[in-house]
Amino acid sequence: MKKYTKLTEVQADLKANLLTCQALVKAYLSNIEAKKSLNAFLEVYEEEALEKARLLDEKIQKGENLGRLGGLIIGIKDVLCHKDHKVGAASNMLEGFESLFSATVIEKLLKEDAIIIGRLNCDEFAMGSTNEYSSKGPVLNAYDETKVSGGSSGGSAVAVQADLCLAALGSDTGGSVRQPASFCDVVGFKPTYGRISRHGLIAYASSFDQIGILAHSVEDTALILEVIAGGDNFDSTTSCVDVPAFTEKLQKDEKPIYKFAYFKEALENEGLDSEIRSKIEERLKGLALAGHEVEAVDFPIMEYMVPAYYVMTCAEASSNLSRYDGIHYAYRHQEAKDLQNVYTQTRTNGFGKEVKRRIMLGTFVLSAGFYDAYYTKAQKVRRLVSDETQKLLEKYDFIVSPTTPTTAIGLGELINQDPVTMYLADIYTVQANLVGMPAMSLPLFQHSNGMPFGLQLLANKFEEEKLLRVGLELMK
Amino acid sequence: MEINDKLIKKLAYLAKLEFDDEAKEAIKKDLEQMIGFVEKINELDTENVEPLIHMSEEVNRFRKDKVEKLIEVEDALKNAPLKNEEYILVPKVIRK
Repeated sequence: MKKYTKLTEVQADLKANLLTCQALVKAYLSNIEAKKSLNAFLEVYEEEALEKARLLDEKIQKGENLGRLGGLIIGIKDVLCHKDHKVGAASNMLEGFESLFSATVIEKLLKEDAIIIGRLNCDEFAMGSTNEYSSKGPVLNAYDETKVSGGSSGGSAVAVQADLCLAALGSDTGGSVRQPASFCDVVGFKPTYGRISRHGLIAYASSFDQIGILAHSVEDTALILEVIAGGDNFDSTTSCVDVPAFTEKLQKDEKPIYKFAYFKEALENEGLDSEIRSKIEERLKGLALAGHEVEAVDFPIMEYMVPAYYVMTCAEASSNLSRYDGIHYAYRHQEAKDLQNVYTQTRTNGFGKEVKRRIMLGTFVLSAGFYDAYYTKAQKVRRLVSDETQKLLEKYDFIVSPTTPTTAIGLGELINQDPVTMYLADIYTVQANLVGMPAMSLPLFQHSNGMPFGLQLLANKFEEEKLLRVGLELMK
Repeated sequence: MEINDKLIKKLAYLAKLEFDDEAKEAIKKDLEQMIGFVEKINELDTENVEPLIHMSEEVNRFRKDKVEKLIEVEDALKNAPLKNEEYILVPKVIRK
């Protein structure tokens, strides 16, 4: 079967009887089997996907229309609840757990006839930047199997990269969709905080988490976003701001002149690979030549973003993960004799190293005597970052940067170092989550080391349409 | 900030985690680095800055408080590691 990179191509071939849903699912299943060594999937819903495909083919034969996502074969990060299916956040803590309900996004996908082909590997509870903190082993980069996929949505990125499904859902707390997208040569999109319901998303840091989309094209990203976004009675933080008909709006051939800002501090960052820097600078010149305004601005608060981010996300994580107590969720340590021991032994044995580190830091910053100095202080920094960013976006359309300071690193390179080195790699991505704004990584570059890397664009709240439009333009 | 055994013990107690001797040395070192790293935010002047607490700009939307049965007892017990027909079981808490 030919490699599809856009849902419209799949749908055109289905319509012209050049393809059936069953043939499509079979082709992806055989790709999954052939690329098993990548470790992208934790579970493949072979029979279920084929059965759903058969039903859709019947519909087509009867001349009925499929839903808007008819023909979309999609994979789901292992942090999204799917009724009567396992969900485990790639943690031993949830070994054997089966969800009683479906996340709102899953309901919405299924309603529009998407076929869910399996659940995808990730860092444990979405905490990590290389997918090496999964209890199910790392995901390998399909371009070079000695390199990491990125994380935490590593399985989602590699599944799209390696043609194991057409698109995937991930979650993005500080870059977990955009960073692996950059490492794996795919589009990664994190919407505005509140644009998509988090009902049924296993919580890491609730005021940062957003479900995101990984796909080959901006067009597919736009359509999937349009389907899964919108208000939800099950999540009161979901916005009731109207969801634009992105797909229809993007059809209009507009060529606006944009104002791009980039941070001097971002490109002068010591950790930034020099070739990534020069290629980004070249691209920025290209944008200026094409008639856009491109300006360097000072953003001295930049170096405080990652520290503030880790204070708050770890605090929220320590609180969110207190529910895993050995009583309700599948795993209980067998030798524990009394109740306190059930809690302690279950958590000590059920959580992996990085999760425990973050729970400990979170417990520290929330503990009596330290709360104001760390947690409240970080919330004040969050206000400053938010105000500064808002101010910039009154003047500029987008803030543009590299998505990542390096291309995909080698397996084992980062996890054997101190945790802070890994955290610093989030330098470009955490801003969007700190301020709740939408951001996207576009797969635009190839490094001379053979690996891809992305360009990140950040826009003001609820300006997804503008972001998608510029993405479309830049991908041409 | 000095990270000593006493602090690790206190945090582990609060977080319901346990660290054996080897793990304790590792988490002590990690926390030292992590806390040292996040302390950078103290360099910023945040006098008169209000903490940003809520990310959502939504206002409360009230709905009727009506009873809906979403799951059955059997479902609710499905994932519990130890249970009988009606309850999740835990080790005995009250001793005679």
